Parts: sequence; structure tokens; C-alpha cells
Amino acid sequence: MDMINIFTVFILAIFVGFEIITKVPPTLHTPLMSGSNAISGIAIVGAIIATKVGGELGTWLGLIAVIFATVNVVGGFMVTDRMLKMFKRK
Amino acid sequence: MEYTNIAYVLAAVLFILGIKRLSSPKTARSGNTIASVGMLIAIVATLVSYDLLDFQTIAIGMIIGAIIGAFFAIKVEMTQMPQMVAIFNGFGGGASALVAAAEYFNPANPSTFNSATIAISVFVGTLTFTGSFIAFGKLQGFVSGKPIVFPGQKILNALIAISIVFLGVYTVSMGADADPYFYGLVALAALIGITLTIPIGGADMPVVISLLNSYSGVAASATGFVLMNNGLIISGALVGASGLILTNIMCKGMNRSLANVIFGAVGLVQEASSSDGKQIQVKSASTEEVAMILEAAEKIIVVPGYGLAVAQAQHAIREVADFLENMGKKVLYAIHPVAGRMPGHMNVLLAEANVPYEQLLDLDQVNPEFEDCDVAIVLGANDVVNPAARHDTGSPIYGMPILDVDKSKTVLVNKRTMNPGFAGIQNELFGFDNTLMVFGDAKAMLTDLHKDLKEL
Repeated sequence: MDMINIFTVFILAIFVGFEIITKVPPTLHTPLMSGSNAISGIAIVGAIIATKVGGELGTWLGLIAVIFATVNVVGGFMVTDRMLKMFKRK
Repeated sequence: MEYTNIAYVLAAVLFILGIKRLSSPKTARSGNTIASVGMLIAIVATLVSYDLLDFQTIAIGMIIGAIIGAFFAIKVEMTQMPQMVAIFNGFGGGASALVAAAEYFNPANPSTFNSATIAISVFVGTLTFTGSFIAFGKLQGFVSGKPIVFPGQKILNALIAISIVFLGVYTVSMGADADPYFYGLVALAALIGITLTIPIGGADMPVVISLLNSYSGVAASATGFVLMNNGLIISGALVGASGLILTNIMCKGMNRSLANVIFGAVGLVQEASSSDGKQIQVKSASTEEVAMILEAAEKIIVVPGYGLAVAQAQHAIREVADFLENMGKKVLYAIHPVAGRMPGHMNVLLAEANVPYEQLLDLDQVNPEFEDCDVAIVLGANDVVNPAARHDTGSPIYGMPILDVDKSKTVLVNKRTMNPGFAGIQNELFGFDNTLMVFGDAKAMLTDLHKDLKEL
């Protein structure tokens, strides 16, 4: 993939992000934050790959990265679910 | 490799659909599930399509991470959500920085572009990591919640920032001999994360947390550029946009610019200007008197603030509100955008106490409601109801949109003491003719009030 393509993807993703996130009502802003925490755990993909590239040092960095990212993914989705299930109508 | 990229695009689509469903509390929970499926697809696709992965290391890391994550997610109190999000922002930033660092030591496709994105990713990720831990410490009480300022702070930050730019440029241009510069970059990025966060405190925390949330996304995106990975770039951009939008909403809620929040250090600076304050004469009332006032009221609006979270009084207020509703009264809740310590903090607390979300109104929706409101009950909120924001050009909160509680027939203000709020200014509302102070811990006060209402 060349640089122009990847920048195109990046810019378009930002626009999509702005479009959909402005529609999230204030009452759900905390779940939005914890949910986006979970999504930024996508770094786990990079962390998995890092265990391969690195040799000795890379493996260690990769391990810590996997731990951090998994905390984000698992904790983020779980706590968001826990919150969202509390939002009830009358 | 083609299939992997298709899987990443699919994951990104599911993230977008998931966030889209957050536009209503009815569909939000399913949205979160959809997003988590997207993440699973991305992880599985990565595990099956790369050769030579160290599965043992990955398994160990995932098990440890999952245990820690699940533990936090199950144990955390709703009042502690700001800390939780703060520390998770830190983990996200840290993970991105570590991935970029691993790539630095063993680049798959060395190029100037690659080195530059590594430098950016490590810088943003490390700054997010240390900044988030300071934010966590402040919210949890490990670090003073007050702004920490010292002479020359801005100059120090500027020097660090300039040094970071130079170290970044050297890291990129020195090729194989860049190690010392790279380590310097990491160290200074960690340092500036701390020095930029310590001067911010108290009621400005929602801005900081939103901003760090945005940074954690930017870091993930930058790592995506390092690895030329669409999945990371798109997801990171979504999170970055989300954090930025929330940051903007929080700044508007305080009528301050982002630069002013980051570099302004409210609270210490303004104390001087507020000390000339005239002594305010307040009237205080007992819970019995409050019960009688409420009995005569028809429309009641509750204004929760950080004090409600500190006192863990969300269940107590809901019980009182239920009782009043059973007496045939209308009860609403007024939620200021910056009430609490993170965006939506009050909404989550009240949802936990089973308050239906239709009863929670935003600033714009609720302000007209105060015109014919009989009693406004202010629980642990201060600056967001200070009328000085409307007229006192010398006040640090001048121009901040506030809740018009003073337009109600009676305003009941619950506070523990007469200490001024975060901005360090006395609240003239407390001295108004229609204001009554009810001193005491919010939870204890509401429990007493509930009892007195029953005894009427």
C-alpha cells in the first residue's frame, strides 16, 4: 500500500468519525469514551505482529504491548457493556 | 495478506456501525457488542495470517491483560469511571508506543517515512501514557488534585517541546546511530506528558481526559502508519475524532479555549482576584423545613455535581425523587456538560441508580424549565450554577454557560461547607433571597430528607 492510499484512508476515517460521533447524545458520553478506549485497543494487532519482528527485545516489547492492549480491549468492552445495560427507560 | 486487509476493513466497518448505534441508549448496548465482534475479527485475522508469530508470548500477554481488564471492568465503581477511562487511555497510548518501539529496533521496511512515523507514534504514545497516569493519580487522590504550578513552568515546557522536535529529527536522520536520540525522545515525551498534566486540576479534568482519549487514538493511528496497517489507521482516527469532539464540547461548556485550559491553571491564578469578595449572608435550612417546602412544590429540578459523586448519593437522590413523584410532583434532572469529572459522568451515576434517562435534560433543554420551577435542588454543584458567569466580567468563569437555577422560586443548595468551588470564587447565588443552604454530606442529608418527607 502506498503513502497516498494510506493518507486517503486516514483522512476519510476522520470525517466518518466526526459524522457519527457528533450524533452520540451527551447522556452516552461516558460509554462513548470507554468504548473508544476499547477500540483504541486495536493496537493489539500491532502488538501481535511485534512479537514476530523484534527478536529478543522486540518480543519483550511485544509482550508488554499485548498486555496493555488486551487490558484496553477486554476492560473497555466489558465496562461499556456494564454501563449501557444500566440505561433504562421509564 | 489480501484477506487480512479485508478482515481489517470489516473490523473497521463494525466499529463504525457500533458507534452509530451509540446514537440512542436503546441501541447502544448492541452497538458495543458489534464493535467487540469487529475487534475479535481483527485479532483472529492477525493471528492466522502472519508467519513466525510467537504464540506463547501472545497467549501469556492476552491472558494477563484479559484478567487485569476484566478485574477493573467488574470492580470499578461508577463514581470511579473517570479514573478508569484515564488509566485505559494510558494503556492504549502505551501499547501503541511499545509497538512502534519494537518496530524501531527491528524495522520491517526501513525508510525515512517509516522512521518519522515511528518517532511520532512513540512520542504521542509515551506522552499519553505518562499524562494518563498523572490524570489517574489526580482523580484517585495519589497526586494532588489541585493544579501544581511553579515559576518558569511554561518556559520549561517550551524547552522540552523544542528538544523533542530536535531529537525527533535526529532519530529520523541518523539512521543506525540514532539510538541515543531515540532514548532521549522517549524520556522527554514521558516528561512532557507529566509536565503538561500536573498544572491542570479539579473541574478541568473532563477536558484532560477527553484530550488524552483523543491522543490514544492518534497514537494508534500513527502506529498504523508505521505498520502500514489500515485497521489501526481507521480505528485510531475514529477514537481521535471522538476524543477531539468531546474535548471541544467540554471547552464550550466552560467557555474556555483548549489553550486556556492546558496553560491557564485556573484555581491558583484566580484566588487573588476573588479574595476581595464581599462576605455573603446565607440562610440555612434543616431537612424538616426542606421537606415542607418540597411538599408545597409541583415542579422540582435536581442539579447534580461532583459532590454527588463524592458522596455516592446517586441512590439516595433517586429514592427522594421517587417519593416526590409518588406525591404527584414532576421531577427533572439538569445535567451541565462539565458536571463531574468526565463527559457524561452524572448520566452514568444516575443510570446506575435507575433514573430513567428521559428525565435527564441537557443545558439547552433544561434552562427554559427553570422559569416555572418551584424548587431547584443543587447537590454538590457550584461553578455551573454561579450567576456571576452572566454579568461579572472580572470572574474567571465569566461567559460560561450556566444552569439558570436562580430563576426557580426556591433554590436549595446542599454543600458540605461554605468553601468555594473549584474556581476558588464565592458563589453569589448562595446569598440570593430565594436561596436556602442545606449543609451536610449529600447522602446523609438526602437520607434525612427522605425520612422527614415520609413523616409529613
